[in-house]
Amino acid sequence: MTFQPSDVERYAKLARLALSEEEKARFARELSSVLEYVGQIQKVDTSGITEYETVVPLPPAWREDVVEPSLSVEEALANAPDRKDNFFKVPRVL
Amino acid sequence: MEYESVIGLEVHAQLDTAAKIFCGCSTEFGAEGNSQTCPICLGMPGVLPVLNKRAVELALRSILAVGGQVQPKSIFARKNYFYPDLPKGYQISQYERPLGTGGSVTVHLDGLAKRVGITRIHLEEDAGKSFHPEGRAIEYSLVDVNRCGVPLIEIVSEPEIRSPEEAYAYLVALKQILQYTEVSRADMEKGKLRCDANVSVRPKGQKEFGTKTELKNMNSFRAVQKALEVEIARQIKIIDSGGKVVQETLLWDEDRQAVAPMRAKEFSDDYRYFPEPDLLPLEVSMDWLESVRKGLPELPEARRRRFIEVFSLSDYDASLLTSERAIADYYETAVGLYPNPKMVANWINVEVFRFLKEKKIFIDDLKVPAAELAALLKKLDSSSLSNTMAKEVLAAMVETGKTVEAVVAQKGLVQESDEAVLDGWVREVISAFPKQRESYKAGKKQLLGFFVGETVKKSGGKANPKLVSTLVKKHLGE
Amino acid sequence: MGELNRKKAWELLSLLDTKEISAVELTQSCLAEIDRSGKKLNSFITVLSDSALEKAREVDVKRSKGLPVGRLAGVPVAVKDILCTKGVRTTCGSRILQNFFPPYDATVIRKLKEADAVVIGKTNMDEFAMGSSTEHSAFGPTLNPIDPARVPGGSSGGSAAAVTAHQTILALGTDTGGSVRQPASLCGIAGFRPTYGAVSRYGLVAFASSLDQISPFAKDARDLWLISDVISGHDRRDSTSIPERLFDYPYSGFKGKAGLPKTTRFGIPKEFWGEGLAPEVREAVRGTIDKVSKAGYEVEEVSLPALSAGIAVYYIICTAEASSNLARYDGVKYGVRVNDYADLFEMYAKTRAAGFGAEVKRRIILGTYVLSAGYYDAYYLKAQKVRAVMKKEFAEVFKKVDFLLGPTTPSAAFKLGEKTDDPLEMYLNDIYTVPVNLVGVPAVSIPCGKNREGLPMGLQIIGPQKKDEIVLKAAIMLESLGIKL
Repeated sequence: MTFQPSDVERYAKLARLALSEEEKARFARELSSVLEYVGQIQKVDTSGITEYETVVPLPPAWREDVVEPSLSVEEALANAPDRKDNFFKVPRVL
Repeated sequence: MEYESVIGLEVHAQLDTAAKIFCGCSTEFGAEGNSQTCPICLGMPGVLPVLNKRAVELALRSILAVGGQVQPKSIFARKNYFYPDLPKGYQISQYERPLGTGGSVTVHLDGLAKRVGITRIHLEEDAGKSFHPEGRAIEYSLVDVNRCGVPLIEIVSEPEIRSPEEAYAYLVALKQILQYTEVSRADMEKGKLRCDANVSVRPKGQKEFGTKTELKNMNSFRAVQKALEVEIARQIKIIDSGGKVVQETLLWDEDRQAVAPMRAKEFSDDYRYFPEPDLLPLEVSMDWLESVRKGLPELPEARRRRFIEVFSLSDYDASLLTSERAIADYYETAVGLYPNPKMVANWINVEVFRFLKEKKIFIDDLKVPAAELAALLKKLDSSSLSNTMAKEVLAAMVETGKTVEAVVAQKGLVQESDEAVLDGWVREVISAFPKQRESYKAGKKQLLGFFVGETVKKSGGKANPKLVSTLVKKHLGE
Repeated sequence: MGELNRKKAWELLSLLDTKEISAVELTQSCLAEIDRSGKKLNSFITVLSDSALEKAREVDVKRSKGLPVGRLAGVPVAVKDILCTKGVRTTCGSRILQNFFPPYDATVIRKLKEADAVVIGKTNMDEFAMGSSTEHSAFGPTLNPIDPARVPGGSSGGSAAAVTAHQTILALGTDTGGSVRQPASLCGIAGFRPTYGAVSRYGLVAFASSLDQISPFAKDARDLWLISDVISGHDRRDSTSIPERLFDYPYSGFKGKAGLPKTTRFGIPKEFWGEGLAPEVREAVRGTIDKVSKAGYEVEEVSLPALSAGIAVYYIICTAEASSNLARYDGVKYGVRVNDYADLFEMYAKTRAAGFGAEVKRRIILGTYVLSAGYYDAYYLKAQKVRAVMKKEFAEVFKKVDFLLGPTTPSAAFKLGEKTDDPLEMYLNDIYTVPVNLVGVPAVSIPCGKNREGLPMGLQIIGPQKKDEIVLKAAIMLESLGIKL
């Protein structure tokens, strides 16, 4: 698999990254060699693996259904780049 | 050509927990914007989710209630997409390995019962809410995170629903189940139940499915039914005129009673699901499942059948009475105190329902407890009230919350006219007020009203004032 | 008393307890060193002089009044700027978070405060911990104190440099693919990555959730033990947190010689000696292995064939998780937003383009790709399966041996700019460290000598899951064999 600049553009869009033409070309080149390298995983026999497992086996972790204090509205919005009244303000969602 | 429609519904129901699914923020409806948030549901850098056990229990109940299979190991997955009301940039849901699979919901339509299969039931978190203020030159939207992380189950039906009416009936039955099991309040107005529909049409007799469209933005069960009717008609028209249905998502416009395509996104969605590494696989032991099963209440369908058998009710009466768990409970309490099942059923299904409808309230909010309804019917039965009077009394009880006795007495609907009883009360009152008695005897005749009033009061409002007046005069020597 | 900031925490604690020195003096000695060399090395993003001194004074008062104090009372600790600190700017080395002030403390910060440690500052790092050289920071590169023309390693290079330059006594980094062990090796100090889940990740800004682990730096293994004991433990805020205690305070291993039984078996994975390993590192590690053998321990060669796919598996999984973890930086709730955009999509795309550096963008694109429809099975799912195979191989090998021993990095510190043009070359620097993260086991890197240019080299000891304490015991034993810089 080699990455074309158009592939980079496609996944960059999906990831909401605006890239320059120069970046697209560069990432296409760099990611092609990375992809070629990671392709070696196909050679490992994994036929014995059927179940998804966590890194370390652990007992279940729960939260009880108890309400805990929330942040104040001011704390919640303190880091917001833009706000109006109690709300986060964003460009019009259509 | 004759067509058949193929409908599948996706219902999102809010689980009735106090706290959110992955953090301790409240799920209370109607709070001030962004006042029920914390670093976790705000998706702040560094936070981690921890699963609310109650949410899982409620989801398990819903699976058992529809006779589904609980998977001993299910897996949370991240659904990745960008939207301002999705703070983390992904929704924690379940994808390849849902908590529940299979089961069915029994639907009643035109006197026939039909089972609609359930494909899956899975747990997920809700997103927040974006507002789009109207106005000239307003180029922004506002985001409220309060709903983010509210626990939901998504219930996906098999494409086994064959008409808009059946879709409506399915939703009614499903809502009943969710309310009976106290899994969800399931009320659409507060967004505690939401429904999307997939629909296609095919020539009757054909096995293959036609091209389906997805309908969104319906705000009531009736809207779901109507939107399906409109969309089915639209699809048939397209096919009849030789066209092809396009697979797309359509939004229901309640005002225009029409569907319109959702504005095409700039590129197709690719949610890039993968197992949520911050949560463990959800494992449900047999013991846990058994204890949830034991806690499950009688389900609406079973209760309906029991009402028909045990109380000899009509199918119609039994269906109405079991439409909500609280109503069925109310009925059974009343029948326990006044064992005339048919009469209690009539009064609830006609009179009580009328008040609920008028006042737009639930039976829990009705000021007349089941015991009082039973007391009222007893009075009616013993002929101390006429049918008309009983209805008047009930109306007053609904308004004031007073007991049958209080209303009857206050209204003077049944008066105490037994002279022997009245005489006893009058004597007691006169001897309780010696000063007034002497004044009266000394000529202060206007005190007559005082003695009559006291006696009526003593009788709890039941005493016939005219007779009392005569008796007072008699005792005070006139 | 000499220069206080050159001492180890376990030495300092006894001086503090006997009131021979004060926490304020100690803190001032570190702050003075930060003043002297901090700017040049660019080890810190934020220095917390005022709050550090205030804490030191508080600890001194407690001690003078005979009140109970925490286990790190008065000891300066620097923390990587990826750990959330309430009200203190937390940047992750990124432009996109240059104005982010968390409303909460990470669990590990709370634990440090409860232990009365003096949090002295927040250290520089590769942006969102993506890198092996600390050159990918929006706040400029950190230099290696041993040779400022070279990198300190990364991504926790700021913390490594701060300990090496005696700007702090202890430091916390995070190790996702070697980001603590590799800089420890390149700077000639000790770095320990505990078992996955030993230290709560709550408040650690996620890069790759299934691989991230908060990990300490110190000047020796005893100090690693001391701080590991403080920062580890169950946390109800982290579902992947291990419930049981992994450390046995107060350090039974300290008493006399570290009591490793002579029957202890060290395995030498043959996959660690392949192409790309610098001869000088090979020699230094071999030398140590010989000493271990001569000291009477069993040493045998073992094989873990799937190890060779480690880097490939790692770069699929870490980029996949990162692409999702970094989606939240969208200019809506916190962080920076660009001013110039036509609509919502552009606001997102331009904000993220301006806020992230090249390495982060590269990894987000790769991660998005390996999770996307049509490629998920071939990349992400396959990588998870290979990871499971590796876990099995590790479990098998740990039936035969108690520890694995090998180099931490293929070479000593490289020059600034040497590998920035070739991402793959940079990635390969983590070849010996990433398997540990993939299988979630504990591993410690300690110095094992210097090369001809005087640059330090490290070796790592890897143990089975939850055997953290014994891994540190082994490190103490190796240190006692006289492997010195």
